[in-house]
Amino acid sequence: MSIDTKTAAKVAHLARIRVEDDKLPALAQEFNNILGFIEQLNEVDVEGVEPMTSVTPMRLKRREDVVTDGNMPEKVMSNAPDAREGFFAVPKVVE
Amino acid sequence: MSELNKMTLADARNNLRAGEITSVELTEACLAEIDGSDALNAFVHNTPEIAMQQAQAADARIAEGDAPSMCGLPIGIKDLFCTKGVPSQAASRILDGFRPEYESTVSQNLFDAGAVMLGKLNMDEFAMGSSNETSVYGNAVNPWKVDDRALTPGGSSGGSAAAVAADLCLAATGTDTGGSIRQPAAFTGITGIKPTYGRCSRWGIIAFASSLDQAGPMTKSVRDAAIMLEAMCGHDPKDSTSADLAVPNFEAMLSGDIRGKVIGIPKEYRMDGMPEEIEQLWADGTAMLKDAGAEIRDITLPHTKYALPAYYVIAPAEASSNLARYDGVRYGHRATLEAGDGITEMYEKTRAEGFGHEVQNRVMIGTYVLSAGFYDAYYNRARRVRALIKKDFDDVFAAGVDAILTPATPSSAFGLGEMADADPVQMYLNDVFTVTVNLAGLPGISVPAGLDSKGLPLGLQLIGKPWEEGDMLNIAYALEGAAGFVAKPAKWW
Repeated sequence: MSIDTKTAAKVAHLARIRVEDDKLPALAQEFNNILGFIEQLNEVDVEGVEPMTSVTPMRLKRREDVVTDGNMPEKVMSNAPDAREGFFAVPKVVE
Repeated sequence: MSELNKMTLADARNNLRAGEITSVELTEACLAEIDGSDALNAFVHNTPEIAMQQAQAADARIAEGDAPSMCGLPIGIKDLFCTKGVPSQAASRILDGFRPEYESTVSQNLFDAGAVMLGKLNMDEFAMGSSNETSVYGNAVNPWKVDDRALTPGGSSGGSAAAVAADLCLAATGTDTGGSIRQPAAFTGITGIKPTYGRCSRWGIIAFASSLDQAGPMTKSVRDAAIMLEAMCGHDPKDSTSADLAVPNFEAMLSGDIRGKVIGIPKEYRMDGMPEEIEQLWADGTAMLKDAGAEIRDITLPHTKYALPAYYVIAPAEASSNLARYDGVRYGHRATLEAGDGITEMYEKTRAEGFGHEVQNRVMIGTYVLSAGFYDAYYNRARRVRALIKKDFDDVFAAGVDAILTPATPSSAFGLGEMADADPVQMYLNDVFTVTVNLAGLPGISVPAGLDSKGLPLGLQLIGKPWEEGDMLNIAYALEGAAGFVAKPAKWW
C-alpha cells in the first residue's frame, strides 16, 4: 500500500492542516515509511481476537445525567483568540 | 545546611518536620538553582511567587503540627498539566498564551498534600517525542555530559528529568504514553514510575493518547517515588477511567525483602544489535535480585515485536481525535487570515502554524488509519494485536510471576541533533522496552543501575502486575539498594 501525493493532500485536508503543494511528495514519503513499519502487523494471526476497548476490565463509572457545572461564560471565553459579546467569533460561514 | 536543593523528598520531609529547615529556605535554594540553569532549558515558565506563597503556607502548617506527605516540598510540573492561571501549553505554539481557569486533578492532589510548585517544565510537543527536540521552547539539555556534545535528556518528559537530575527541584511530575517517564529517567540517572492505567486521574492533563496516557513521579530515589506517587493518585469522578480503588501506603511497603518473589526475564527483550553493556547491566540486575532471594524465571512475551507498530497506529489515531480541539476558536493560537478566508482556511492555517512537524505527521497518520476503508485494516487490527500483547502479560502473571525485569532503554543518552536525519522509526525504537507496558496498562518503573563505558547512566525497568505498584516499588527498592547507583552529573551549566 503506497501513498501518493494525491492521497497525502486528501489526508492533510481531512486533518485540517494546510500543506503546500511542494511539500506533498516529502509528506507522502514520510507516510510510506511509517506505514511500511506498521505493515508488520499483518504477520500476526488475529483470528477470533476482539479489538481491545478497555485495558482494565472494569465498567466505566456512570453518573446521573444532570447539569453539574456551568454559569461561567467569562471563564469559558477567557482564552479565546476572538470573543465578542459572549460568543466565540469566527470568519463568516456561507453555505 | 548547605545545598538544600540536593535533598531527596524523604530527607527534606524529615528535616522539615524536625524543624531543622523551613520550606521557604528549601524553596529559595531551588529557585536560585533554577535561575542559574538556563543552559539546561528545563524550566520554561517559572512561578516563584506561587512557590514562595505555598512555601510560607507549608511552614505555617508544619508549625501547627499539620504536615501532610508532601508538605513544603518544592517540585516542578510538566507543561502538559493544566495549572490554574499559569501558562500550560504542552510545549506547543498552538497553545501559546493559554492560561487554564482550572487545576489538573494530579497537581491539585499534590498541592493538597502541601507541595510547592516552582514552575513548568519543558517537554516534547504534546508529549510526542523521545528526545525533547520537538518543543516550541527549544531542546531541554541533559545535565550529564561526557564530551563537548550536548546530550538529550530523553523525552517526552525531558525537562522533568533534567531538572531532577540537576537538583533544580526535589522531584517533578511526568507523563508516560509510550515510555515518556521511564526513558528520560534512564537517560538522566533518576527514578521514574508509570503507574497502572487508571491510578492517576487524567483530568486536566492535556491529552495525547487517552487509552495510554498516565501521569507519574520522577524522583531521586525509589522511596521518593513511593511518597510522591501516593500523593498524586486516587479516584477522581471527573475521569471516568480513574479507578475507584483504595491507594495503599506505598512507602510502608518498602521492606526490601523480596525473598520468594518470582522475577520474569523475557527472552524477546534480548534484541539483535543490543549493546553489550545493556546486556551486562540486565544480567547484573538479574543476579542482584537473585542474591536478594528472588526466584528468576525465563519467560516469553511472544507478541513483543509488534508492540511498537501497534502503538504507532493506536497513539496517532487517538491523538488525531484529541488534537481536533485545537481549531483556533476557543483557546490558543489563531492564524492571521487573508481577506476572503473562510472557516476552513482558518482551521488549516491555524493548525499548520500551531503544530510542529512531528505533531502534524502523527495527526495525519492518525487521520489516515481512521479514515473510511482503512479503519479495519489498520486501527482494528492494531487493537486486536494490543489485546494479544496484554494477554502475553496476563498469562505470565497467571503462571506466578510477580514482576518482570528488562532494560529500560536500548542505549544511553544520545547527542541532541544526532537523530535529525534518521528515519522517524529509529527514534521510535527508543521506546521498544517501555511501550508494551502502556499497551497492557501495567505499572512500570525505571531505576538507575549503572554507568556505561562513556560514563552515562543506564536504567533497568521493572514491570508489575496491575494495581501492584507497592510490590513493584519494593522490588525496585531492593534493586536500587543492590545497584548502589550514587553518581551525579558534574555541574557545567
